Amino acid sequence: MNNSTQSQPAAIAAHLSNVSRTTVIELEHLSVRIGQKPVLTDINLKLKAGEVTALLGPNGAGKSTLLKSLCQEIELEAGRINIHQQPLTQWDRQNLAKSLAVLPQHASLTFPFQVHQVVEMGLYPLTLSQQQGEQLIDSQLEQVALSHLKYRSYPTLSGGEKQRVQLARVLTQLAQSDKPPILLLDEPTSALDLAQQHRVLKLVKSLAHEQNYAVVVVLHDLNQASRYADRLVILQQGEVVSDGPPHEALTPATIRQVWQYDPIVVNEPGQLTPLLF
Amino acid sequence: MDNRRWLWPCLLTALVITSLMSVSIGPLQISPSVSFSAVINWATQIDIGSVAPHEQLVIDQVRLPRTLLALAVGAVLAQCGAVMQGLFRNPLADPGIIGVSSGAAFGAAICIVLFPQGGEYAVAISAFLAGLVTTLVVYRLASSPSGTSVVLLLLSGVAVAALAGAGIGLLTYMADDMALRDLTLWQLGSIAGAQWHYVILSLIALAVVSWQFNRSAKALNALLLGEAEARHLGLDVDKLKLKLIVLCAIGVGISVAATGIIGFIGLVVPHLVRMMVGPDHKQLLPLSAILGAALLALADIGARAIVAPSELPVGLVTALIGAPFFIVLLLKQRSKLV
Ligand SMILES: Nc1ncnc2c1ncn2[C@@H]1O[C@H](COP(=O)(O)OP(=O)(O)OP(=O)(O)O)[C@@H](O)[C@H]1O
Ligand SMILES: [Mg+2]
Repeated sequence: MNNSTQSQPAAIAAHLSNVSRTTVIELEHLSVRIGQKPVLTDINLKLKAGEVTALLGPNGAGKSTLLKSLCQEIELEAGRINIHQQPLTQWDRQNLAKSLAVLPQHASLTFPFQVHQVVEMGLYPLTLSQQQGEQLIDSQLEQVALSHLKYRSYPTLSGGEKQRVQLARVLTQLAQSDKPPILLLDEPTSALDLAQQHRVLKLVKSLAHEQNYAVVVVLHDLNQASRYADRLVILQQGEVVSDGPPHEALTPATIRQVWQYDPIVVNEPGQLTPLLF
Repeated sequence: MDNRRWLWPCLLTALVITSLMSVSIGPLQISPSVSFSAVINWATQIDIGSVAPHEQLVIDQVRLPRTLLALAVGAVLAQCGAVMQGLFRNPLADPGIIGVSSGAAFGAAICIVLFPQGGEYAVAISAFLAGLVTTLVVYRLASSPSGTSVVLLLLSGVAVAALAGAGIGLLTYMADDMALRDLTLWQLGSIAGAQWHYVILSLIALAVVSWQFNRSAKALNALLLGEAEARHLGLDVDKLKLKLIVLCAIGVGISVAATGIIGFIGLVVPHLVRMMVGPDHKQLLPLSAILGAALLALADIGARAIVAPSELPVGLVTALIGAPFFIVLLLKQRSKLV
């Protein structure tokens, strides 16, 4: 019951005072239109290093689109994006890749690479010796608990195993970052079993809190989001409707408004945020 | 994974043996040891003896250029095939199947028929340009951000090849007898009558293409993840694609100018290599070059031997082997097609 001390107010406050939290991503008046449809409207966000930010919202709210605009996959209609105080468009791609990595919602690798070769692709922007590279690959595979599948052919893996391999690849990419690394994860737990979901979210949280990563993660499970994220940003039809620490941002009223769903709220003793069903 | 190291010596040995066979076999039988000495004589320009002058002449003038041309073109086509498969993210891409060879042949034919005084280099250049245009057109037609659909790719290839074929057909009506013979040869693919300047041109193409492809091996691996993912890894995807397309056009264009359309090498060879070492381009490209060289030299030996003392066009032999192989691959992919 008490292994969740980190999410208690005192722990949060201690954490806040310990880490100097630099802003790593700034979105100013960001709007995106796909065809005629406005997908994102006037988004303003400042995301900080050392924090896990969960991006929540119903299907089609624009979560993936927001991540895509952060990695220049989508043209902006208006607004500005700064990464480490520098406009996104002025970044050299290879330099940016060292400190910003993206796990897409869907991966489409069909060629029969072995698992370690897929993770090895994460080394592309880095300058490591062969030996350092191999060590890094091994340690990343261990982090996602896939060391035993190192030589398996990627297309033969299960959906969840594939997702974890891709996560290991993305983490590898950030190993040499000279600034607080930025990690964008689009539904990293969608194919994982319960234990693996918690394992991945724990990993992500420790990266933020112990290694000063800035993590933006799209999630659908509100309970997990409240438990592992420091901050929730809730999108509805392309607009930010709620933003703040879990217990403030996610109220039954918000859930009713955003998801049109009436949640059952269970208050668990010792937990700051209630459980929702 | 590193238990595949045996593959290198195996393939290299196969390459040497095939090359030696290719130099020895023909209407004038020369023993392998004699032809080996003859090749050494030729390479060092020092007479180490034991080779009769007429044998030396046959090897210098006929067998050696022919063998070298087969090796160079085989290595180029196999690598271009491997790269196109990476570029299209589709293991069925091949310069012949997607119509690039036909396009290049059309370019060569234009030059042969309409500008007969242009010379071999003009033929090679116009084959390259036409090959480049064809590759770009097929790429535009068949690719989407999420990859390339097999159906679209093959249909684009059919359409482009039909267009190029019609163009070549039209040109045959305008051609004089000399050019007509050349054209027929081009469409079937032949290494007979290899000329030294084409050998040199092909070897240069081989050097350039192999060097640049191998420098892009890691990037090609990353590209297989998907274009967006490759961009996230810091790759300039558009630049990479353009570079690879131009290099493929150079490789295929010069090969077609030198030997005509030789199909399926670019399909069969990378596929076999992938079965042995997997899809990693760091291994796939050099091993494809070696196996491609050996396989085309072997096919050329077949072309000479099957109906001796007459000869088959080598394109016929590669098609005889390659087409059934292609059908098997299609059957394996059938579940994905529907
Ligand atoms: N290429 C496109 N063409 C047309 N509409 C698009 C395109 N991409 C996204 N959209 C629309 O933009 C909206 C936001 O899409 P987005 O993928 O960002 O949603 P999401 O919040 O990630 O949803 P999910 O939870 O289902 O992943 C959706 O209504 C979607 O239909
Ligand atoms: Mg999404």
